[in-house]
Amino acid sequence: MSDGIHPIASLLAAVARGITGVQVQWAGCEPDVRQRIYFANHTSHLDFVVLWSALPSEIRAHTRPIAAKDYWEETPLRHYLAENVFKAVLVERGATSRTKSHDETKFVGRSLIEDMSAALGDRNSLILFPEGTRGSGEKVGEFRGGLYHIALRRPDVELVPAHLENMNRILPKGEYLPVPMLSLLTFGKPIQVEPHENKDAFLERARDAVSSLRRIGPA
Amino acid sequence: MLTAIHDSILMWLFGGVLCLLVILTVIGRALKRRNSSNISRSTIDNFNAQIAAWWKMCVVFMLSLVLGRIGSLVLFGILSFLALREYLTLVPTRRGDHRTLFWSFFVIMPLQYCVLGFQWYIVFAIMIPVLACIFIPTSIAVAGDTAHFLERAAKIQFGLMVCGYCLSHAPALLLLKIPGFEGHDARLLLYLGIVDQMNDLLQYVWGKLIGRHKIAWRVSPDKTWEGCLGGLVSATALGTLLWWATPFTPLQSAGISFIICILGFSGGLVMSAIKRDIGIKDFGAVVERHGGILDRIDSLCFAAPIFFHLVRYYFAP
Repeated sequence: MSDGIHPIASLLAAVARGITGVQVQWAGCEPDVRQRIYFANHTSHLDFVVLWSALPSEIRAHTRPIAAKDYWEETPLRHYLAENVFKAVLVERGATSRTKSHDETKFVGRSLIEDMSAALGDRNSLILFPEGTRGSGEKVGEFRGGLYHIALRRPDVELVPAHLENMNRILPKGEYLPVPMLSLLTFGKPIQVEPHENKDAFLERARDAVSSLRRIGPA
Repeated sequence: MLTAIHDSILMWLFGGVLCLLVILTVIGRALKRRNSSNISRSTIDNFNAQIAAWWKMCVVFMLSLVLGRIGSLVLFGILSFLALREYLTLVPTRRGDHRTLFWSFFVIMPLQYCVLGFQWYIVFAIMIPVLACIFIPTSIAVAGDTAHFLERAAKIQFGLMVCGYCLSHAPALLLLKIPGFEGHDARLLLYLGIVDQMNDLLQYVWGKLIGRHKIAWRVSPDKTWEGCLGGLVSATALGTLLWWATPFTPLQSAGISFIICILGFSGGLVMSAIKRDIGIKDFGAVVERHGGILDRIDSLCFAAPIFFHLVRYYFAP
C-alpha cells in the first residue's frame, strides 16, 4: 500500500465537506498522528468520508476505514472505491450471535481481529463503525464485539469516540441524493478497557461515550 | 449595472455607510480594549459581531453592483440557499421529508431566482406561495409518512417563504422600472438595507438605554416598548432624511421607512419565537462557522417583499 492519498479520495472528501458543511470539534482530545481507532455512530454512506476528511492531511494519509466486505465487493465500482481509493480494510461484518452459529461466530470474529490488527500495523489508524450497519439516527445502536477484542489485542492504540450529527438527514439509508444540511462532528475523550471489565460493560460504555457527544436535539 | 458605479448619489450614500461603519468599528475596538465595567463583555462582543456582519453585507452589496444583474441574482440566490440550509438544519424534519427537501434546495429555490432573472414576474410571484405550497404537501404525501404531516409541510413551506420568496424580493428591486429613475435601482436596495439594519441597531441601543417595559418577554427578553418605539422613530427619521436618494418625496419616504421598521421588528420577533420553539438562542449558536446568516437577515426578509410591492404598485406602473 502506497502512502499518498488517492486524488479521487481527496476530491470526494472535498465534495462531502461541501455538502455537509461539517463543523468539527475536538472536544476530548487533539488531532494527533499517534495510532488510533476512531469509532463513531453510523447513519449514512457519507459518514466515513466526512470523518476522514475532518482529519488533518498527515493523519488522513495513514487512516483507513473498516468496511463490510459483503457490501463493498458487490459491484466493481464499490470495490474500486473501497480497495483503491480509500484503501479500506474489507472485513466480514462483526457477527451477531443471533444470525450465526456459535462456532462460525468465533471463527469469523477471530479473523476480523487479525485483519484489523494487521491493518493497524505499526503506524496506521482505523475508522470503525461498531454498530455494523447504518441506523436511523434517532439513537446509537448496540455495538458489536470487534471494538472490544481489538482493544484487548492492541492496548497501545488509542480508542477515540466520535459522534456525527445530522448525517442521517443529509443522506439517509436508502436514498441516493443528498440534502445539503449542516452536520456536526465531535471527537470525544479516548477510552480504554478497564481491568476486569467484561465485554458487554465496555461496549455499553463505548456506546455512551459516542452518544454523549451529541450537540443538537434530545440527548 | 456598472452604470451604478457612475451614479454619484448612490456613491454618496454608500460612502456614507462606509464612513459610519468605520466609525462604528473604531468604537467597537475601543470598547473592547477599554472593557469598562458598566457594559458587559457579551454586549460588546455582540456589537462587534454585528459590525463584522455589516462589513460583509457591504461587500455583498458592492459585489452585486460590480457583477450586474445576473451576478446579484446569483449572489442573493446563494444567500437564500445558505439561509434555508441553516433553517432546515435546526428545524426538525423526518425521514419521509428527504426528497421534498431535495426538491426545495435544488429545484424550487434555483427556479425562484431563474424566473426573476428572466423577469417572468407572474411566475416569480406565485412560485413559492402557490406552486410550492401545492407541491410540498403532495410530495410529502407521496413519501407515505403521515405522522405530523401538516406540521412538516408547514415547516418546509415557511422556510422557503422566508429564505427564498421573501429574500428574493431584495434583488428584485434591481429589476423595477421606475419612470425617471432608470439605472438607479441599486439605491433602493441600499435604502432598504440602511433603514432596516439601522432600525435593528437603534432598537437595540434605545432598549439598552431606556428600555423598561418588555413587549413579549417570553419570546425575546431584549425587546422593550421603549426600545421599539425609539428605534422606530429614529430609524424612520433617518429614512426620511434619505429621501433625496430615492424616487420618494420626504413624506413618502417617512411612510415607507416607517413600514420597513414595523416589518423589521416583526421579522425579528417571529424568528425569535421560532428559535424559542426549537430551543436555541441563535441560529448561529450551534453552527457557528456557517451560522448566523438568518439572525442577520430576519428583519430584511419581512421588509423586502412589502417594500418591493409598495414601490412597484405606486412608483412603477
